[in-house]
Amino acid sequence: MLTNISNVLRACAQRNGSVALVSARTYADFTTEASFEIKKCDIHKFEEAPATEVVMTRDEGLKYYRVMQTIRRMELKADQLYKQKIIRGFCHLYDGQEACAVGIEAGINLSDHLITAYRAHGYTYTRGGTVKQIMSELTGRKGGIAKGKGGSMHMYTKNFYGGNGIVGAQVPLGAGVALACQYLENNQVSVSLYGDGAANQGQIFETYNMAALWKLPAIFICENNRYGMGTSVERSAASTDYYKRGDYIPGLRVDGMDVLCVREATKFAADHCRAGKGPVLMELQTYRYHGHSMSDPGVSYRTREEIQEVRGKSDPISLLKDRMLSNNMASIEELKEIDVSVRKEIEDAAQFATTDPEPPLEELCNHIFNDNSPMEVRGVNPWTKLKSVS
Amino acid sequence: MAASVRCFLRSGKNAVSALGQRGFHKSAPAAVQMMVRDALNQAMDEELERDERVFLLGEEVAQYDGAYKVSRGLWKKYGDKRIIDTPITEMGFAGIAIGAAFAGLRPICEFMTFNFSMQAIDQVINSAAKTYYMSAGQQSVPIVFRGPNGASAGVAAQHSQCFAAWYGHCPGLKVVSPWSAEDAKGLLKSAIRDNNPVVFLENELMYGVSFEMSEESQSKDFTIPFGKAKVERQGTSITLVTHSRYVSHCLDAAAVLAKEGIECEVINLRSIRPLDVECIETSVMKTNHLVTVEGGWPQFGVGAEICARVMEGPAFNFLDSPATRVTGVDIPMPYAKILEDNSLPQIKDIIFSVKKTLNV
Repeated sequence: MLTNISNVLRACAQRNGSVALVSARTYADFTTEASFEIKKCDIHKFEEAPATEVVMTRDEGLKYYRVMQTIRRMELKADQLYKQKIIRGFCHLYDGQEACAVGIEAGINLSDHLITAYRAHGYTYTRGGTVKQIMSELTGRKGGIAKGKGGSMHMYTKNFYGGNGIVGAQVPLGAGVALACQYLENNQVSVSLYGDGAANQGQIFETYNMAALWKLPAIFICENNRYGMGTSVERSAASTDYYKRGDYIPGLRVDGMDVLCVREATKFAADHCRAGKGPVLMELQTYRYHGHSMSDPGVSYRTREEIQEVRGKSDPISLLKDRMLSNNMASIEELKEIDVSVRKEIEDAAQFATTDPEPPLEELCNHIFNDNSPMEVRGVNPWTKLKSVS
Repeated sequence: MAASVRCFLRSGKNAVSALGQRGFHKSAPAAVQMMVRDALNQAMDEELERDERVFLLGEEVAQYDGAYKVSRGLWKKYGDKRIIDTPITEMGFAGIAIGAAFAGLRPICEFMTFNFSMQAIDQVINSAAKTYYMSAGQQSVPIVFRGPNGASAGVAAQHSQCFAAWYGHCPGLKVVSPWSAEDAKGLLKSAIRDNNPVVFLENELMYGVSFEMSEESQSKDFTIPFGKAKVERQGTSITLVTHSRYVSHCLDAAAVLAKEGIECEVINLRSIRPLDVECIETSVMKTNHLVTVEGGWPQFGVGAEICARVMEGPAFNFLDSPATRVTGVDIPMPYAKILEDNSLPQIKDIIFSVKKTLNV
């Protein structure tokens, strides 16, 4: 009955051209929280798996939706800017994998730590960077999160250690952060992400060994998007059970397209680490819509049908949206409003990113050393002596 | 015996000249003899005590007391948390050390020799050296990579390489190469207190050599700044610029040449990066001749850099003859003693090069 009244009100509002739609629906109309059945994780050397019946509140849902949509739109905007040659160099886009970044962050705290490889824009955002800072770093401006000096692969923020260009190198680094957490006894965990391609790196196995030996509070997460650049997992790995590759490290294989699955598994892993039980390995089965980077069309090693199928059946944002709508946790209009708001945020950020000036040349030699007195740096010829401050 | 007498004489001369500069003292400062390895040990001990965040990791550093006994007694004193034995996985543990530095600790990462650092060199350069710059000053990396560098005795090609030039090439790193026990202590303390990645190149053959430690150097706050070379011996005929073990060779060569009236000024670089070019230039402008001496290979080496820098600066016009580099022979290090001995600069080679440069 209430619904009918509000539908009428809404219809009236539309005819009048007003946009105050949400206020026509009362808070009492929406379900504040609901239970969801999620896919069970495959487990390796665990006695039990993360819960399969989980609760999500309306607020959480709206937040996950907004963050995933922001990442999606931000990456698509980056695609546009790259094609206009406003972004240069390498640009590895994250669209399709949003549930991983958002789900992981939902399972940890901002006071925990995270490091990833070069497909890092999404994580830079979930870890606290703004779209404006990220986009202007991509366009190499002084307003960039690394003042234009890092670029796509080298973005940093509090408790987020990049953005790393060398495949696999971030994993020992992340375990080192975990060592610091253990040393300082701060009950924090360190999440180290890597891809299916990186999973075969020797230094990762070296890291598994030390993390397990010393029981570091490290969560190793393999984002398996099925392709390491142009090489499918079948062509690069003797064992594609990435969640088992840690051998003595307990592992979980998780549906990486479902933000709730990722969240539950991450919480499960973090609890394990915080209890001092040592590292955990998670494999998130996910997918990237774009190619490896902007220079890869992404269709020479996989079919357009495959991409379409994933988009149609497993898109993380659609999955969440359907869940929320079918459980009366939000209205289509409300979600559309979020879309509009996100689009505006991205447009504003892109506007800033294309108009902000490049870093001044005086900055060229700064930030070589921390806490150093100013020094001279040799320029391109012996007469060019450049100044460097910390 | 001769070596330690020489050392004593050498340091004795320094102590005397230091006294002269400081003025008259009623009693001579307490002369303490210390081996380089003990000076390194003391430096680490003092810094571990001073700052809770400092810790040491590497192969055999804890229960074995260090492959070369440099970390002797530290595990017993500080325990498992601060002195960590690692598996033989350089790339992994160097990465872990750097990650710990990212998150606020101050690791000392030991490579059993710098030859093994090649396994981890990506971490040293790409994860440590470049990070402060890439992050525009947001992420500092307060780490020390230390261990023996260069030739030892009879350890053959894979265990004898000098990495001074390789690491010295990279912006974002500080690279130091101590000679004496005082160098070792002061530079290592500075390295540990530095908020930046420092590559600390020790020398295995110097570990057991004793030096007199000045009173100043016996303080717990004794540090030696980077980028400042030390004139170990004043001279007027020619400038010898060198680092690490070859400082000893140059001083020995200088003693022989002095008998023939050739007075060598011997400069102990101490710092490879930053290089104290000013000290070299001042000296060359006085002596008009330059010879560099190092154990590393000639191509693209420390000596090559020094020559290039001298060419680009005011000292060039003061050179009466082209600069000479004395270096290791451009070959992988052989094993047989006679071959090994002839692969590295000997005192006679330095003497020969000095005379050739002076055209006498």
